[in-house]
Amino acid sequence: MASVATQTSRQGSGPASGQAAAATLVQTPRATRTTIYLKMLMAGSGLIFIGFVLLHMYGNLKAFAGHDAFDEYAHHLRTMGTPILPESGALWIIRTVLVLSLVVHVYAAVTLWRRARRARTVRYQVKKHTGAIFASRLMRWGGVTLLLFIIWHLLNFTIGKVNVQGGATNDPYNLLVDTFDTWWLTLIYLLAMTMLGAHLHHGTWSAMQTLGLTGTERARVRSKRLAFAVAVVVTGGFSLVPIFVLAGVITK
Amino acid sequence: MRVTLKIWRQPDAATAGAMHTYELDTVSPDMSFLEMLDVLNEQLNAAGEEPIAFDSDCREGICGMCGLMINGEPHGPEVTTTCQLHMRSFKDGDEITIEPWRSDAFPVVRDLCVDRGAFDRIIQSGGFISVNTGSAPEAHSIQVPKEAADRAFDAATCIGCGACVAACPNGSASLFMGAKITHLGELPQGQAERDNRVVSMVSQHDHEGFGGCTNIGECTAACPKEIPLDVISQMNRDLRKALQHGH
Repeated sequence: MASVATQTSRQGSGPASGQAAAATLVQTPRATRTTIYLKMLMAGSGLIFIGFVLLHMYGNLKAFAGHDAFDEYAHHLRTMGTPILPESGALWIIRTVLVLSLVVHVYAAVTLWRRARRARTVRYQVKKHTGAIFASRLMRWGGVTLLLFIIWHLLNFTIGKVNVQGGATNDPYNLLVDTFDTWWLTLIYLLAMTMLGAHLHHGTWSAMQTLGLTGTERARVRSKRLAFAVAVVVTGGFSLVPIFVLAGVITK
Repeated sequence: MRVTLKIWRQPDAATAGAMHTYELDTVSPDMSFLEMLDVLNEQLNAAGEEPIAFDSDCREGICGMCGLMINGEPHGPEVTTTCQLHMRSFKDGDEITIEPWRSDAFPVVRDLCVDRGAFDRIIQSGGFISVNTGSAPEAHSIQVPKEAADRAFDAATCIGCGACVAACPNGSASLFMGAKITHLGELPQGQAERDNRVVSMVSQHDHEGFGGCTNIGECTAACPKEIPLDVISQMNRDLRKALQHGH
């Protein structure tokens, strides 16, 4: 039988710091209403993003094969899946999945973030973060940074096609070279990729832990190594093209 | 040795609290941390001041009552409980900040005492097995593999002190729940209620206002019983299985 004792006391620096919480038992528990379910949605959408950035990074490396190979690859993204799918059909399916994943990921992040803030309304005067890697403490603000970056990145290369050097925007390879020839744009991209690496370093491990795949010490160590490898591969792979453009190796 | 103590004082849950500073210069390195607070309280008593309220019971590291946030770490700088922490872990002239566990699910009762009733309700909602009581059954009638027994025992060393919640940046009690779910889930007696257990306990945890886990690992670093993060993965896995079974 449920405890019905009402608890009016609540921790706070003042009596008005929070309303009373009733100390009752949950009568109809549902797995889909738990924080863990929300975290699983976050982990699942995160894994979709990991798959996406790995493929995206691979595509970018085509820049090393020259103008024609890169543009052919870019064009193929629009024709893949045809004739079963219409022109750009596969691309729109991918875009839809990514946008839905983003909505789920951000919704879960915001909900859990707000929940965490409510769970400790009186802060410690002194708090150490023993046992936490730095990347794990960057997840939330790092996620906000990545969201802003993604908006800029889409304006830069997809929706707006902004060429800061004033050159042509209808040629993917030339737009790429013009963009990364600009030192401050390359700097923004490299900083964003570092933040992405930090996000993936903790996020990849965290997703596997949330999905319950790391139930032994060995599995935990392995998944942490895998997470680090994913972070290094993605950040390193994405950084190569901007660096080599700026260094004058990849040119128009 | 001489220490400067900055301690959270709060007369009751409804009144605002604040940090107070006390000087103590008769501290022996051989004193336990709680004995040092006892000495301070004797001084306060002698001076006619209200002594500092803090929880303690067994003072041998097994009951889980004596949780204090010491210099930003639950139970202080050593991997042990506050009662098993000794003043030799500090230096002469140190400033020591002492705060209660900060979690809205653990309201401050007075000074450094918090109400951890939320943990009791999490256990009440599913942290048990339903068996007929009576004389102990024959030990060999239900066999448990050595590895499962070891893991169950390691998880069962959780004393429910709340250090995991105190350390967690999200104020989550996942390590506490994971320990109980792993303990019972490794044993044959825990199987019948396994799905219900995880769903009920996690639902109660969320209802109490604890935060969600972000797998950072500060809980396991603070745990005086060194419960590993694996138990949280086990809990997540159990919840995933429960979902698959239609809960």
